[in-house]
Amino acid sequence: MQVTLKIFRFNPEKDKKPHYETYKVEADPTDRVLDLLEYVKWHNDGTLSFRRSCAHGICGSDAMRINGRNYLACKVLVKDLRSNKITVEPILGLRVIKDMIVDMEPFFEHFRSVMPYFVNNDPPPATERLQSPEQRERFDDTTKCILCAACTTSCPSFWASDSYVGPAAIVNAHRFIYDSRDQAATERLNILNDQFGVFRCHTIFNCTEACPREIQITRAIGEVKKAIATGRLD
Amino acid sequence: MKTHQYEVIVVGAGGAGLMAALYASRSANTAVLSKLYPTRSHTGTAQGGVGAALGNMEEDHPEWHTYDTVKGSDYLGDQDAIEFMCSEAVQAVYELEHMGLPFSRTPEGKIAQRPFGGHTNNVTGKPVPRACYAADRTGHMILQTLYQQCIKNKVQFYDEFHVLDLIVVNGAAAGVVAVELATGELHTFHAKAVIFATGGHGRIWEITSNAYAYSGDGVAVTLRRGIPAEDLEFFQFHPTGIYRLGILITEGVRGEGGILLNDKGERFMTKYAPTVKDLASRDVVSRAMYMEMREGRGIGGKRYLYLDVTPETVNKYAAIDGRRLPDGSAYQLKGEEILSKLPDIVDFCRTYLGVDPVTQPMPVQPTAHYAMGGIPTNKFGEVVIDEQNTVMPGFYAAGEVACVSVHGANRLGTNSLLDLITFGKHAGLRAAEFSKGATFQSLPSDAADFARQQLDRLVNNHGTENVADISNEMKAIMFDHVGVFRTEEGMRQVLKTIGELKERFKNAEVDDHGKVFNTNLLNTWELGNMLDLAEVTTFCALARHESRGGHAREDFPKRDDVNWLKHTLAWTVDGEIKLSYKPVTITKYQPKERVY
Repeated sequence: MQVTLKIFRFNPEKDKKPHYETYKVEADPTDRVLDLLEYVKWHNDGTLSFRRSCAHGICGSDAMRINGRNYLACKVLVKDLRSNKITVEPILGLRVIKDMIVDMEPFFEHFRSVMPYFVNNDPPPATERLQSPEQRERFDDTTKCILCAACTTSCPSFWASDSYVGPAAIVNAHRFIYDSRDQAATERLNILNDQFGVFRCHTIFNCTEACPREIQITRAIGEVKKAIATGRLD
Repeated sequence: MKTHQYEVIVVGAGGAGLMAALYASRSANTAVLSKLYPTRSHTGTAQGGVGAALGNMEEDHPEWHTYDTVKGSDYLGDQDAIEFMCSEAVQAVYELEHMGLPFSRTPEGKIAQRPFGGHTNNVTGKPVPRACYAADRTGHMILQTLYQQCIKNKVQFYDEFHVLDLIVVNGAAAGVVAVELATGELHTFHAKAVIFATGGHGRIWEITSNAYAYSGDGVAVTLRRGIPAEDLEFFQFHPTGIYRLGILITEGVRGEGGILLNDKGERFMTKYAPTVKDLASRDVVSRAMYMEMREGRGIGGKRYLYLDVTPETVNKYAAIDGRRLPDGSAYQLKGEEILSKLPDIVDFCRTYLGVDPVTQPMPVQPTAHYAMGGIPTNKFGEVVIDEQNTVMPGFYAAGEVACVSVHGANRLGTNSLLDLITFGKHAGLRAAEFSKGATFQSLPSDAADFARQQLDRLVNNHGTENVADISNEMKAIMFDHVGVFRTEEGMRQVLKTIGELKERFKNAEVDDHGKVFNTNLLNTWELGNMLDLAEVTTFCALARHESRGGHAREDFPKRDDVNWLKHTLAWTVDGEIKLSYKPVTITKYQPKERVY
């Protein structure tokens, strides 16, 4: 089938402002959108720039806005889009550097701000710390995060203020807050109780829809809100 | 040009690089350079588990793990290093758990373990659950956990800095040259010690489980600097890649009871590995699959087979095998357990194939997966540069880019993650220790020239040759002739073709002449690395007149311990490849016939 790709283009060394270029490419319905971008890059215009690595939805490099919704370009097939017109744009809310490449630093800064690491100051036992399958299951969903930024950059609260810590950072805080072995839940909850913390979330669910790992993000954020409000971890 | 100075520079931010950085930064001023954001590294795609004889499910011992690894390596692994790795494994896994890694759990709350290919109870010969896992995203959890710990310990990162060259002064490593992707500027990083943890090069084959980033930069850079590569002819083809896409389907699927079936619905592995069947070593299973397909028993006569993990099939064969649960009851797998233990596999199959593994078999074919060979090191991660294992001062390598050699001619599943954490740690410790007793060497004024020339040549050529065409031709011939089976005729043709492709590459078309995120230029530079790796790999494979582990010659079908129980060393000198060999370290286990 022939697909018409409309791609957001911005080259900071040449362009004063962004524009769109259109490319017609032959595609198989099972091609990934990433495959089409690779085709354009190596056959139409080598300057087309985007990040990618694993190409199967694990490394989190290639979050993009495709037909108006955030996806990983390697995890959405042409047939999934149910259209032979495909528009590809950078994710929103982060500064565009070149084409689909945005400045990820503010995103990672928010991630780093929530103590996204295990804290347990007791001397470790000789073997593993024990954790029941039920305790392990409690935070399973939020361990899946690949830091692709699809959630945070789909969030209207983040678009409104990039000081908002954003769903991805909250997901990563949740992963430790609900880990029975961790000891820093109170500190993390204090951080998220900030004016740019978890209460900026207005339960719009864009994040949950955008997550390529199918993490129930809005639910995780709700649990963190509740923990702050009640002072208890259920 | 900017110059930076650190006692230790780590190149690569996957499992080995992050582990090295965590340990080196405890005592030395350390920085990590990576062409990707650290969490994009290929370690994150590892699925099934990390091997360690914890014995949480049933009896197990590090000695059994050692023997299995020696046997898996087809006796080409260095036994002192293997014993070291397998005995360190247990503490290494506990250490990861203490860092917060969310392993799956047994009912008693211990780290859960599953069987994997080639890991056995050395008394009964039956599969033993040794792979410590976090669902089917163990690599993701290792990568995330180590990155989290690096943040906690304030490790210095230079993200999206692509290393192009190693600076060598007086025969010792003195730093690296890297291009900053965001600006296109070259930076010199002056160091007392350099650790390469740059990963593998599976992208030289058409069907591969490997990330785009796996272009062999580490080995290509060091070959250009006169450092040899070891055992490059040994490259692992994982039996179960998704048909045509190559995406990995973990061996953990077979660990949970999944079965390989041919077009007649036969469980063909019983013919090739009567004792452990579907859980034989990867080289054995991949060859068996090729033989089945060659004899017309691929599905519909095509080049794929079925991997079936539906409860009906699993439970049928588990009953035939007499497989038991730890409590002694008969093994039973339920559909919901597939979802909880293998969620990503289910997701990949649904996304890319429209196949639901809970109710349907998965179409699979062998996929280029893992480099057993690489930059030669000893068990401390020190790079050794000749037949006598002479240490190169200040230079270290760990993870897939390195060849210790603990994997020999064929790596066992779960041993790559173990390799990363073990040798990443020791390379980091050694590099930091070395840097304390060393002074900074003075850098030559032209330290960045060699890297700059390589890029300039790509931008300023005639630009007549399409990069994708060169790349695709390389990948196709490598997959056809330097894959699971090899012949002299096929490999001679490959060397001829690669020679032609290298000529064409001199006029590779680079459209982008800008500075900012010039991925066009850097991806083209990576293709140059891949062509080098493809050529040396084929040259080494052509020279080795035997079949051993992942290197299967149709014209030399037997292992030949009299003439070939030795490691290959390959140098490139003035465009020519030069080979030499060094002995394998054998301690307890004398080579014998390898049957599963």
